[in-house]
Parts: sequence; structure tokens; C-alpha cells
Amino acid sequence: MNVKLIFDVAMSLLAARLKQTVVAAIGVTFSITMFIALLSFMSGLNDLLDGLILNRTPHIRLYNEVKQAEHQPVELYSKGSPQYNFISSVKPSNEKQQIRNSAAIIDAVKKDSRVAGVAPKVVVQVFYNIGTTSLTGIINGIDVAAENRLFSFQNYVVAGNYMDLQNIPNSIILGIGAAKTMLVNPGDIVQITTGKGDHVQLRVVGFFQSGILDIDKVQSYTSLATAQKILGEANSYITDIQVKLHDLSLAPAMAKQYQQLFSVEATDIQTANSQFETGSFIRTLISYAVGITLLIVAGFGIYNILNMMIYEKMDGIAILKATGFSGGDVKRVFVTIALTIGFFGGLLGLLAGLGLSATIGQVPFETASLPTVKTYPINYNPTFYVIGGVFSLVTTYLAGYFPARKASKIDPVIIIRGK
Amino acid sequence: MSDTVLEAIHINKYFYDPVKVQVLTDVGFSLSRGEFASVIGKSGCGKSTLLYILSTMDTDYEGDLKIDGISMRQKKEVELARVRNEKIGFVFQFHYLLNEFSVLRNVMLPGEKLNKRTTKETESIAYEKLKILGIEKEALKRPNQLSGGQKQRVAIARALINDPLIIMGDEPTGNLDKKNSEIVFDIFRELAEVYHQSLLIVTHDNEFANRTHRIIEMEDGRIVKKGGMG
Repeated sequence: MNVKLIFDVAMSLLAARLKQTVVAAIGVTFSITMFIALLSFMSGLNDLLDGLILNRTPHIRLYNEVKQAEHQPVELYSKGSPQYNFISSVKPSNEKQQIRNSAAIIDAVKKDSRVAGVAPKVVVQVFYNIGTTSLTGIINGIDVAAENRLFSFQNYVVAGNYMDLQNIPNSIILGIGAAKTMLVNPGDIVQITTGKGDHVQLRVVGFFQSGILDIDKVQSYTSLATAQKILGEANSYITDIQVKLHDLSLAPAMAKQYQQLFSVEATDIQTANSQFETGSFIRTLISYAVGITLLIVAGFGIYNILNMMIYEKMDGIAILKATGFSGGDVKRVFVTIALTIGFFGGLLGLLAGLGLSATIGQVPFETASLPTVKTYPINYNPTFYVIGGVFSLVTTYLAGYFPARKASKIDPVIIIRGK
Repeated sequence: MSDTVLEAIHINKYFYDPVKVQVLTDVGFSLSRGEFASVIGKSGCGKSTLLYILSTMDTDYEGDLKIDGISMRQKKEVELARVRNEKIGFVFQFHYLLNEFSVLRNVMLPGEKLNKRTTKETESIAYEKLKILGIEKEALKRPNQLSGGQKQRVAIARALINDPLIIMGDEPTGNLDKKNSEIVFDIFRELAEVYHQSLLIVTHDNEFANRTHRIIEMEDGRIVKKGGMG
């Protein structure tokens, strides 16, 4: 087909109704701008809220659960005989919460190509002593460097330097809630009591704020070595192995695999935090719905303008048809007009959307629960721009298609005779 | 037969709104190469209706139409558009030029649509045609900057761009004053006599018709005088 000719004719018609065309294009621009800004902002917010939990949660957690032995001793005795054993009040086996052979497991997991990183952890149940009262607490002994790399530990340390955990012996980063209750400042000494009744004194080197009050009142962090020392265990004592994957969606399958391979308990992030996905999904859905509604409104604008153009340019269409342009050619002319409006309106909209979301990203947004966030979160995901671009073309195409079809059916005889 | 450019065979045409009325009855004639024919008749006698059937724009009729020996009956819309583009040149009462394009581009449009030549070639041919009509100086102006007579000459140049088999005119001088009518007629005659261009012009101007080579007279949807040899 003679593309250039069709395009030239389309452009001449566009030029003839420049003002309306610009108005139609602005409609598209506005809706794409809002679409991009809305999705970027919503998605940024989603990521932030999910990140509150998900970023700090290992994708797979390996641990050893306190539970009853699967095979009770009596079964050994009755093996082979036609006998069924009823045992009441079965107690958990006398095992530590330690993961056995943890060093080998960590090595094996690290070699897995799907794994982004591994961080060991020792969880210690303690009491914080404040004078005569005690508060329950949990101290996490962590590999500071690995924890920071995988779970952005430093983002949640609001006072002090997180590396001090490693550099200063017997140090602790207290949850900010616990610190407020105990009225301590960095540099102070706090005393804790372990489950076994041992008293240990630790130096506070910083505060930790997760944004979730209940966690901040209970959790504190110390180094792996310190935690092992508090418990009086050897340096192979590990209670949790936290695994972060490259692709989060693989977690459930891999958790099952690890569970069998290493005979430990394994939970994946999806099972542990299923509600977050639902929330994100709904918010994304709403953003898309609003964006598409805006686009449809813009589409009606284009539809109107093309209809008007067709009425005004009836003569021109008639003569084009009389001199050899087929109905299909005329249709292509008007679809080209619509797509041109959609393309330039959409392109401008994408740029304006980028601008608007960047502006929103500069607006201060400070909240006590999110210590690292200073401005509104924005997700600059290129997918939104691709979707926005495609949507603008599809809507304008549809908006243009129906007037174009009408134009293609114009009977030149009626118009030429009508004069 | 190769000299026959257009042949109408037993054409009947009805209007259905509001009641069925026969507007053309058994119309049959043929036109040879180089003939300058006019169709006359009182207004409402069906001469314009006939022209639109002959021009392939109206396909709702009985009978057959042959252009260059090929039947138009079974052709699809796209094929008919191609026939109009390649073999028929139109001149209407109103010029129907597109004001968004220059005069030259208006003339070029059907040629570009035909797409047989490069744009450069089409452009030089368009210039040539404008020169024949004596308006090459206005080539780069917009149609709305021209006078009525000039516009009609541009429309004739546009009809000529693809060297059509036949030029059809629907009251081409209807909107023009005496002087411009004269110019347009002289152009038509020159085309017929010098360039052996076939022309079929519908008119109610008997003076115009009398000077053409052949007069086809219509009355109440019938041809009452065929003139010429056809």
C-alpha cells in the first residue's frame, strides 16, 4: 500500500483541525500521565508496605522445630509383632533447637544457583532486666554483614552504627520500644537473663526500629558469637538458616526440597505472609481500573473529534473515493489520524507521567514507623510505561476505528450530487 | 471493438425510497476512443444517475457496464476504486479540491494513489498537465487562493493525471461564468481533438452540447437520441 500517501492525507486533515486535534491529544496525555503517576505511586507504596515485612523475611527459613519423635522407643520393641501401641502424654524429644550439621547445610545452600544469599541466625529467648522487673525479649544473633546484605539491616538501625555489633564485643542493638521502656541510651549497659537463668551484661550500641511496634518492643540484635556465648554454646550452634532467593516465586518448591534434603523444617515466604500479596493485588487492580477509565474517556474525545472531522471533510472524502481511493484507504486515513493522536498524546503522557511521579517522589513523607523513608515512594517500573504506551495506542485505535469505518462507507454519489 | 472505451448494456435503475420508481430504462450505448460526447436532457431525466453508474460509483443497477471491454458487474469495491483511479477522470460541477494541499499536490493525489510512477515523475506530469491548462504558475498556491475558473481547470488537470481512458463530467461548467465556461469547453475540445481523449459530459447547457461531437439525449430515463454511430 501507498503508506506515505495515506499518511500525508491524514496529516493534512489533522492540520485542518489542529486545535481539536491538540485538545484530543491533551486528553490522551492527561490520562496517560495520571495512569503512569498513579501506578508508579501505588506500586511504590505497595513495595514499601510489602517491604516492611517481605524484605526482612527470609524467602526460605530452615529451622529445627521442637516436636515429638516420630518413632517412639516402644515401636522398636514391638516391631514385627501384630501389636498396636497407644502412647499418651508423649513429650518432645530432648533435643536442642540447634540445626545439626549447620555448616555443611549452609555450604550446600550457598552453592545452589537459585540462592542469592544465606544468613545464619541464633535466636535466644531472654528477659531484659530493669531493676526488679523483667521484660520478655528475643535476641537475634546475626552474621552482621550477611544480614545487612540480604535484609538491609542498616536501614532499620536508627541510632548508632550497625557494624559496632561485630566490632564491639558483648554489644547489643536494642529494639527502640524496649529501649524506651528501659530508658537507656547508646553506650549504656543492659542486663539480661537467659532462659537458663544466667545473667549477662551487654553494651547498647544502637537502636533498631522496624516500624512494627510489637517487634520493636521485643526484638534485639547481637552478633552470632555473642548470642552463642550468652547461651554457652559452641560456635557451630545455629538455630535458623535464612535463605534469600533470586526468584521469590520458587520459594515453596525449594522449601519442600530443602526440608527433605537436610531433614529440617523449612517454611517459605508465601506461606508465612500470604496476606500481603492479596493487598498488593487489590491496590494494583484499583490503579489499573482508574487508569483505564481515564483512557476510555480520552478515547471518547478522539471519537468525537474524528466524527466531526468526517462531517466537515465529507467533500474531500468523496472526491478521494471518486478519484480512486477505496473504502479501505479512507479507513486507513482516519485510523492513522487516531493513532497519530494516540502516539503523540501518549508519548507526551509518558514523559509527563515520569515528571509527575518524580515530583511526587520529592514530596516529603515522614512517618515514625518507616525510619528510612523520607519522601513518597515511587516505583519507576518500565512495565508501566510499556503498558501505558500500548493502552494509549489501543484505545485511540478503537476510538478511531468506528468513525473511520463510517468514513469508508460514505457514498461519494450522495455528496457530489448534494451540491 | 478495441476502439470502444465504454459500453452500457441494457441498464435499468430503480429508486426505492419512498416507492419503487424506475429512473433508467434499458439504457444502452457505447463510446469510442477520442469521442467527445455530451448527455443532455431535462433535469430529473436520469442523466446524472446514468453518469454515476457509468463511473462505477453507483453499483446498484441492472444490466452490464463494460469499460475497456471489461465487465464491471462482478468487481469488488477495491477493484472498482482501482478502475476509477486508472481509467476514469472526473470533473464535477464543484471543483472538490482539498484546501489543505497545494494545487500541484491536488493534481498529483490520484497519480500517487495509482503508484505506478515515482513521486518525482508524478510531479513533473502534474506540472505538464497544469501547463496544458495554462495554470502552471498557480501550482504552489492553495486552491482557496484561486478563482472559480482556475479551480475548475485544476480539477481537469487532476482528472488527466493518470492519462485516463475517459473523462466524465457532471455539469463541469455549471458553476462558471460565460468566459470561464468557454475556456473549459475549449480545453475539452483540445483534449478530444489534439490528444484523442474520450469525454462524456453531462450537461443541461444545450449551447455547450451542440458544439460537442455527439449528443446523447435523454428523456424520462430513456435514451431518445443516441447521436453518432453508437
